[in-house]
Amino acid sequence: MDFSSINPILLLASLMVASTPILLAAIGELVVERAGVLNLGVEGMMITGAVCGFVVAYHSGSPWLGFVCAALGGAGLSLLFAVLTQLLLSNQVATGLALTLFGLGLSALIGQGYNGIKAPNFPDWDIPLLGDIPVIGPIVFQHDPMVYVGLLIVAAVWAFLKYSRAGLILRAVGENHDAAHALGYNVIVIRFLAIAFGGACAGLGGAYISLVRVPQWTEGMTAGAGWIALAIVVFASWKPGRLLLGAYLFGGVTVLQLNLQAAGLAIPVEYLSMSPYLATIIVLVIMSAGRAPGSLGKIFHASR
Amino acid sequence: MLRLEKRPQPSQVWTYTTPLLAVAITMVVGGILFAALGKDPLVAIRTIFWDPMFGQFASYSLPQLLVKAGPLMLIAIGLSFGFRAGVWNIGAEGQYIIGAICGAAVGLAFYPMEARWLIFPLMIIAGFAGGMLWALIPGFLRVRFGTNEILVSLMLVYVAEQLLASMSLGLLRNPEGMGFPGSRNLSQITSSQNLELISGTGMHWGVVFAFIAVIFAYIALSRHMFGFNVRLAGQSPKAAAFSGVNPKRLVLICMGLSGALAGAAGLFEVAGPSGQVSIDFNVGYGFTAIIVAFLGRLHPVGILLAALLMALTYIGGEIAQLTLGLPGAAIQLFQGMLLFFLLAVDVLTNYRIVLAKSEAA
Amino acid sequence: MNLKSILTGATVALGMSTAAIADSHVTKVGFVYVGPVGDGGWTYEHNEGRLAVEEHFGDAVETVFVESVPEGPDAERVMTQMALGGADLIFTTSFGYMDPTINVAAKFPDVKFEHATGYKRADNVSTYSARFYEGRAVQGHIAGQLTESNIIGYIGSFPIPEVIRGINSAYIHAKEVNPDVEFKIVWAFTWFDPAKEAEAASVLIEQGADVILQHTDSTAPQAAAQAAGNVYTFGQASDMGEYAPMPRVSSIIDNWAPYYIARTQAVIDGTWESTDTWDGIGPGMVGIGEISSAVPADVKASAEALRDSLASGEYHAFTGPINKQDGSAWLAEGETADDGTLLGMNFYVEGISGDIPQ
Repeated sequence: MDFSSINPILLLASLMVASTPILLAAIGELVVERAGVLNLGVEGMMITGAVCGFVVAYHSGSPWLGFVCAALGGAGLSLLFAVLTQLLLSNQVATGLALTLFGLGLSALIGQGYNGIKAPNFPDWDIPLLGDIPVIGPIVFQHDPMVYVGLLIVAAVWAFLKYSRAGLILRAVGENHDAAHALGYNVIVIRFLAIAFGGACAGLGGAYISLVRVPQWTEGMTAGAGWIALAIVVFASWKPGRLLLGAYLFGGVTVLQLNLQAAGLAIPVEYLSMSPYLATIIVLVIMSAGRAPGSLGKIFHASR
Repeated sequence: MLRLEKRPQPSQVWTYTTPLLAVAITMVVGGILFAALGKDPLVAIRTIFWDPMFGQFASYSLPQLLVKAGPLMLIAIGLSFGFRAGVWNIGAEGQYIIGAICGAAVGLAFYPMEARWLIFPLMIIAGFAGGMLWALIPGFLRVRFGTNEILVSLMLVYVAEQLLASMSLGLLRNPEGMGFPGSRNLSQITSSQNLELISGTGMHWGVVFAFIAVIFAYIALSRHMFGFNVRLAGQSPKAAAFSGVNPKRLVLICMGLSGALAGAAGLFEVAGPSGQVSIDFNVGYGFTAIIVAFLGRLHPVGILLAALLMALTYIGGEIAQLTLGLPGAAIQLFQGMLLFFLLAVDVLTNYRIVLAKSEAA
Repeated sequence: MNLKSILTGATVALGMSTAAIADSHVTKVGFVYVGPVGDGGWTYEHNEGRLAVEEHFGDAVETVFVESVPEGPDAERVMTQMALGGADLIFTTSFGYMDPTINVAAKFPDVKFEHATGYKRADNVSTYSARFYEGRAVQGHIAGQLTESNIIGYIGSFPIPEVIRGINSAYIHAKEVNPDVEFKIVWAFTWFDPAKEAEAASVLIEQGADVILQHTDSTAPQAAAQAAGNVYTFGQASDMGEYAPMPRVSSIIDNWAPYYIARTQAVIDGTWESTDTWDGIGPGMVGIGEISSAVPADVKASAEALRDSLASGEYHAFTGPINKQDGSAWLAEGETADDGTLLGMNFYVEGISGDIPQ
């Protein structure tokens, strides 16, 4: 075994890239859950975003346009969920699961005929000066732009929830929708917006896989990333700052175990892979006593 | 402007007509989808909904409905108690896996002993117990620490999946399997197989247990104190506490019960139709059962019908792929649509749509 | 009970076109797929084989398939439905379909079954698989000469004999041309997860590998290599020619078409018999993709010579002297490996470091 072959700088750098899809999807779901809605259909929205982004980027030649359309596609699918759960008051858990099934089928149909095609190139963004800083430079400043878009969205969500009035309202809706309604806020509209934002972010995360990470379209290519995103939100206890940590932890475990394997260390891969989930449960227990948004998953109907 | 108004009582009429309405809408929209794919919509719809039951080979596919619906029923019945009482176990997939691993481990531990009278019952017990214990983890954490059981039970699904991979590659791997992952085939070992009870019917012990569960659930909910407590806790936790229901005990019972039934479903599957512990053993019954439980409105008979409907779309979907060349993705999309419509029109049962004159009042 | 004989001549579902029903001489061939036909890898290539059958026989043969069939009871049901529906020949294309195939075949003695990569046979069940390790030998030969860091990265799916065989074969032939070569092996523990495959490739590149061999089916490692620059890769399952000439310098192509056509012909002729086929480069089941211009001409020439000698059977990819990893003797000078050992291969050859995960 030879640990010297593991280069910590490169490890951290690749960790940022590997975590980006789940980070994007998770930050969207975080907003949705802070608004009191549990959407388990993240995987379905991600894969829809992946295919929409790929198809558009392929035809237009522009990855940027692809990302925009991926966000639109994810948001569009999430609106189905919004209509069902907010207007027609269906159960969120069941509807979310159905959304995943629907999204997987829809994406596979859309993607027929796009096998074995390369996505247009999406170059890294070697930030001048900053990229040349030793150690920090290669870790932080030599990635493709979407890595930074992801971080920006996380920062924006953090600021939005913490400082803006709209963020306060969103949290109020999530904590107690009846009280928020009584105060005159339109719970349904706010939740519609949150759900659409969640869908857009999931779509971006999916498109990051199909346009940057792989970059190609194959059916079912998100391979469960959406479910990991759900876990990260919980791990982060619905806080954007910790979400970043969570995404790096979940993404990092994969990168780390691959690194250890490549270094020749015999490790029980399955047990290492399950460790972030166990950690999440422990986090839940430690900070429990209901730090989850008070109205999470509950159906809202304004009786008046 | 249209507005929803809660009915004082769920509508009797809509209770029975909404599922039919949903299926009808799905047929129309699905038909348009199939037509867009260049298939005759009427033929496609008939292939999916009619042929498995009354088609030429119904004598084969009809019993297969039970094989497919059995585990869904068993799991969904267990979940329905918790869902009624406000206990949200969505980790049935994990409990299903653990039940299968525990049951299979018992069977394999005794291999090649032949005492079926001893081994098979022990396996069933291990299946029940394994699933139950796995579900009691989130149950215990909720009553002790107030941890959200939705999230813990979901996390434990991932853990169970990793354990399954580890078992298939390591401890339970078939020593005579040419190095391939996966255990010995339990359904080929007399002492541990979950037999098809009547040849050609697909009826195995798991299906029998599923029907027993439906009957027991029906009795419990309509005639027994436990069912009353469950319903009360769901409708009004305060009233339940007032009438002496111990909410913590109820959480543990609901989690344990749903886990036990999910674990049993896993055991029956691994010892029968599936045969072996393998990396891809779980195919999503635990998650589908959640949908089934809601489609069945958490009622035992409703669950029975919903499970059969789901099984029908699976089997009909396969036949449609075979005979019409419909892509698998179209079937998946169609199933998703059916679920959406079923969930959507359900609103009519509990609410009525009224024309609101003005918002102010 | 012999269901097929009762139902012989029965039309399939009512929805079928009348033309197909009218001609009772149409041979019907069914395919059961474990993934979607759009997976771009394993299932995609089997489906290409199916399309080749349709193309070759035209109206004389009708093919049907069901995709994404989980291993277990669902597979058994799909096969039964196919047999009931009048299929004469059914290809079941995943290892996990082994027991279901045997079970269903027992109920339909008149239907022929072909199970890919398994080892259980019956009077009406054949098995077939490809000697991909022959292709790995060619890859190892090229890789050993291309590497400058002397580190070759290898992405494995699951530690099963098929994959281990490939690692050993590649290593032996890389070592032959480059005694200093070292293999770094990572197991993805998945058949299909493109993002994870990309990560695995990045990790190997970061740890100094400048050639990546993959036993997973997506193009993600190709893209990772391209982004890193100066890293060579090989296509897997399909040619992945969109990444040629760099990083993809050659490939192993699953080519099931010749076999599928031959077996369908045998059913039409009534000459079908249960066999165990394990074909390599020679019969064309394993294709070696075009060796690209990024490979020096002399290396290309010797690789093609190796390919041809494997194809003609003149040379066996496992020819002694070869020791096992622990140093114990496996094959003596000039001895070649028997198929039984190869099929169950669960050890590394001498020189590879690390353990096979259990």
